[in-house]
Amino acid sequence: MTTTTDRHPVADNYRRTAFRRLLRTEALLFARTPMAVTWSALLPVIAFIVLGCIPGLRESSKDLNGDSYLAAYLPILMAFSLVMSAVNLLPPTLALYREKGILRRLSTTPAPAAWLLAAQAAIFAGVGLVVSVALFALGIGFDVSVPRQFIGFVLSLVLLGAATLGIGLLVTAVARTSKAANAVSFTLFFPLMFLAGLWVPRPLMPSVLRTVSDYSPLGAGVGALQDSIAGHWPPAQNLLVLLAWAVTTGGLAVRFFRWQ
Amino acid sequence: MPVIEVHGLAKAYGKQRAVEDVSFEVQRGEIFGILGPNGAGKTTTVECIAGLRTRDAGTVRVLGVDPERDRDAVRRSVGVQLQNGELPEKLRVGEALELYASFYPEPASSAELIEVLGLGTVVNSYWGVLSGGQKQRLSIALALIGGPTIAILDELTTGLDPAARRETWDLIEGVRDRGATILLVTHFMQEAERLCDRLAVIDHGRVAAIDSPAGIVAGIETEQRMRFRPSVPLDENLLTDLPEVTELVRVGEQWQLRGTADLIWAVTSVLARNGIVAQQLRVEQPSLDDAFVAMTARPAKEQDR
Repeated sequence: MTTTTDRHPVADNYRRTAFRRLLRTEALLFARTPMAVTWSALLPVIAFIVLGCIPGLRESSKDLNGDSYLAAYLPILMAFSLVMSAVNLLPPTLALYREKGILRRLSTTPAPAAWLLAAQAAIFAGVGLVVSVALFALGIGFDVSVPRQFIGFVLSLVLLGAATLGIGLLVTAVARTSKAANAVSFTLFFPLMFLAGLWVPRPLMPSVLRTVSDYSPLGAGVGALQDSIAGHWPPAQNLLVLLAWAVTTGGLAVRFFRWQ
Repeated sequence: MPVIEVHGLAKAYGKQRAVEDVSFEVQRGEIFGILGPNGAGKTTTVECIAGLRTRDAGTVRVLGVDPERDRDAVRRSVGVQLQNGELPEKLRVGEALELYASFYPEPASSAELIEVLGLGTVVNSYWGVLSGGQKQRLSIALALIGGPTIAILDELTTGLDPAARRETWDLIEGVRDRGATILLVTHFMQEAERLCDRLAVIDHGRVAAIDSPAGIVAGIETEQRMRFRPSVPLDENLLTDLPEVTELVRVGEQWQLRGTADLIWAVTSVLARNGIVAQQLRVEQPSLDDAFVAMTARPAKEQDR
């Protein structure tokens, strides 16, 4: 750890290639898992297209302060994709790598085991982000997203991605086995998505619940996305809540991570 | 100059002391075996050498450096095959080799390893569908893919059928002949006897003996056994009077004798002097197995694979 003096420039070059290959391999492994692809990528996109084809849902509704149901569900589906990949799929996968000695085998090579963590995090968070951007683009087609605040949208999305990734890594850190990670993720899914408005959209929530939602990672995230999709700059409070969740869970994950 | 030096190594997991006091040196180009019953501390010892565990006491030098302090150097030049190390279910054999090759500055040829380890027919198969033997062979290939100066192999041939086991032994000798040093963890006597130049027998976290396999066998006072059918009737006293004979049992025509180290020489010279031929002569020599059991003194069934 302490001596890095003997590393040649050539060595750094091959290390970059090695990380890229690891990233590509892990992406390939993700693509070979039909369940993962279906739940994190296909389902939210298909759901949005189906909802978008129902004319009633595209009309503005008094219940949602003039928004359409389609507009209300767009950020919720983005959140769904991120929770699915970063909170529900990432932890069991990484825990399995630890359980089966894959991380251990990797730590016998010059490749740091942290690379695998980084590659997995990049892939699972990346899938959620790409799906969300695709949904945003679809939203423009259905007349619900306004590209005017795209930067605000990307900022909200990245912060929500960081918060969900932090939660996912924290679950990985504390769960002993892949089974346990699965159980914890599954249990977290319901409150996280409930507060995101999957069952009761945020504008319809009673005010107490709405406040709780505002401080939950997914509620704050959906709120921020909602505003930016509608063409406004996301509220500072939501962005700060997301940042706080990302930093806290990420920090705790680093603190408690078990490599074997 | 030794490539691995271990002195007074100790490691405990909580209250359980896995390794209490282990010292040995491995010379360049050697195949050095670590032999011991389950739970003797073999794996912990090699894990400390590979820089995978932090020792509690003692010194370890691998190629002159401390594996705990200079992990990078050790990981570049030491290939490790661990027990029960898996890979992702849907990773193909060829992809695994390419991936692991990319981790090293000067990897070995994966085509050659595929050929030598007989993985040619499964290059495009997922890890998840491989047989136990194929998984084991891929693990060995991954330990060798970096072109290591030292290869640490933990339970090398567990799960291999006898033919594959022999091929693997040949492969390991081939790797050594190309200049690598091999540290082999095993509890399989035949493997130790066949492959190792020297062995450390470890028991209860301590070194019980370090020697060549033959030296270890010779170092144990073991009883010699022989049996034969005399070609003509023979007076028992001729043999029982010998100081080397401790027991004589006659089963039908067959005579069974037990005695000290010089039993065979003593008995055959008496027979020769009397013009008797020992028909169907069978001599049972003590094996590494016997030496091992004597040294570690545990029920034999524990040492079975």
